[in-house]
Amino acid sequence: MRNRKLIASLFVYGFLAVIVLGFLIPIGMMVAGSLKPDERVLLEAGTLRGYLPAEMNLQNYRDVFARVPFMRYLFNSVFITSAIVVFGLLVNSLAGYALARMQWPGRDRILLVVIALMIIPLEAIAVPLFYEVTLLGWRNTYLVQIVPFIANAFSIYLFYTFFLGLPRELEEAAKIDGAGAWRIFFTIIVPNAKAVFAAVAILTFLIQWGSFLWPLMVTNNEDVRPLPLGIASFYSLPPLQWGDIFAFGVMMVAPVLLVFLVFQRWFVKGVATTGVKG
Amino acid sequence: MPRDLKRQDCLNAWFFMLPALLGLLFFVLLPFVLAVGLSFTNLRMGSPLPTEFVGITQYQRILTDTAFLHGLLNNTIFALIVVPVQTILALLLALLINQPLRGMVVFRTLFFMPVVFPLSLVAVVWVLLYAPGPQGTLNSLLEFITAGAWQPRDFLHDGAWALPAISLTSIWQGVGFQMVILLAALQSIPEELYDAAKVDGANKRQQLVFITLPQLRNALIFVVLVTTILAFRLFDQVQIMTQGGPRNSTTTVIYEAVRAAFASQQVARGAAMTVVFFTIVLLLTLLQRFLIKHEKAIE
Repeated sequence: MRNRKLIASLFVYGFLAVIVLGFLIPIGMMVAGSLKPDERVLLEAGTLRGYLPAEMNLQNYRDVFARVPFMRYLFNSVFITSAIVVFGLLVNSLAGYALARMQWPGRDRILLVVIALMIIPLEAIAVPLFYEVTLLGWRNTYLVQIVPFIANAFSIYLFYTFFLGLPRELEEAAKIDGAGAWRIFFTIIVPNAKAVFAAVAILTFLIQWGSFLWPLMVTNNEDVRPLPLGIASFYSLPPLQWGDIFAFGVMMVAPVLLVFLVFQRWFVKGVATTGVKG
Repeated sequence: MPRDLKRQDCLNAWFFMLPALLGLLFFVLLPFVLAVGLSFTNLRMGSPLPTEFVGITQYQRILTDTAFLHGLLNNTIFALIVVPVQTILALLLALLINQPLRGMVVFRTLFFMPVVFPLSLVAVVWVLLYAPGPQGTLNSLLEFITAGAWQPRDFLHDGAWALPAISLTSIWQGVGFQMVILLAALQSIPEELYDAAKVDGANKRQQLVFITLPQLRNALIFVVLVTTILAFRLFDQVQIMTQGGPRNSTTTVIYEAVRAAFASQQVARGAAMTVVFFTIVLLLTLLQRFLIKHEKAIE
């Protein structure tokens, strides 16, 4: 019996290990390729040598900074994404709270509208939105990449369901003490809702950090373009040097990967919450 | 409660709601209404001609447009490849990682890692993996596995291989997301169900078929729906890896819509394409609601 269990678990480990190896090929190639001379990257792409360190140096990283405004892309990405996350958390949590815990005429109808809007993906409205912001004269700005994405029906819904589940007693005591709605929200509700704030922040961050279609449509100026467009235009910028591209890629993903590894539990929890409604 | 206190409450609620509501109205609802409205006109940005109502002309045109029809077909093929493969792989990984063995968190981390990679970066890296000729990564791997029988090919410039290649890339990036959702669903199955089954003498396979899978039903429906909708949103990988080619074999609905609105300024035509896209998303969502409701009715 014990032997059978051991064999079964060895089988599980072996199977997972094989899949993990396959999974790591693209990442390993990117990291190894970023450290070696450009001409060797393509040459060794199909060999095990492709993943082994040889003639390691940081020349590719220096080349990235010399060839494109990497720091500019990075700043733009960080600025745009954090603005959306911070304003989004504020605006959507307030809305979720109003829908879940406050009495006001029209609430049920607004809730239905929010739920209905949840199923409209950006792609379904990208073309008229593009037309709208062109009329507003917003193209090639930070504004156009931030403002349309602050209010989010799905974030509101996540806050709404979380606040519904909080015990009523939390607010009752404060109300008797004469605290107003704003004070109750910021001093009592927010500290008790860290999990949902973290989940919404992480989901928003993941989606916005990788945003590609929208900035591609509304910007044509490197000054306001984020990293995903940076890598795409670097890739199409001759001469095609894979070492440089991979160095760009490593620098683009390293900060996110670091944050992910540190806050892993929250990432996994955050993603899992999206499935709860299913 | 005194009347002005009640009014104060109501006012507060509207203040709480207003910023989000304005955002949704201006940047979701208005463009959505515009998408439908514009699709019945001939609006072209920068055109000197006045915009006119043209009825269903745009729809008639796009439904005879080869590139757009290819896009619809490609999205469908892409969904038919990605949804089953990715779901089964995610389910398998979730079941394995859910075993009470040491070190499973490490595997979970590794499988989830690609999810934090932006699709644009993933697409660029995979272009090199698909490099043509015998020294390309995938070509040499396949050559090794088949002991030399594999003929190297140029995956991304081959009409038969380009779309499957993009599918594999997407599966690599997305499977961790599904896995985590299924893992959470697995861990929320009450332990008592398994205890009862063991008392009744059910073996591991019977437990899987009669307890685990039925309990995962809603999570699986959700995951399949989300992945199918994602499949119809396909854009980034196509834009970077193939630009819709070769000969429309990887173009998509959204790729064509963006090209119409953006490259040739035909906003109305692009809007009509996105309306078709949204109709598909809506039908898929209604199907999901129906399936989940249906199950509740049985209970």
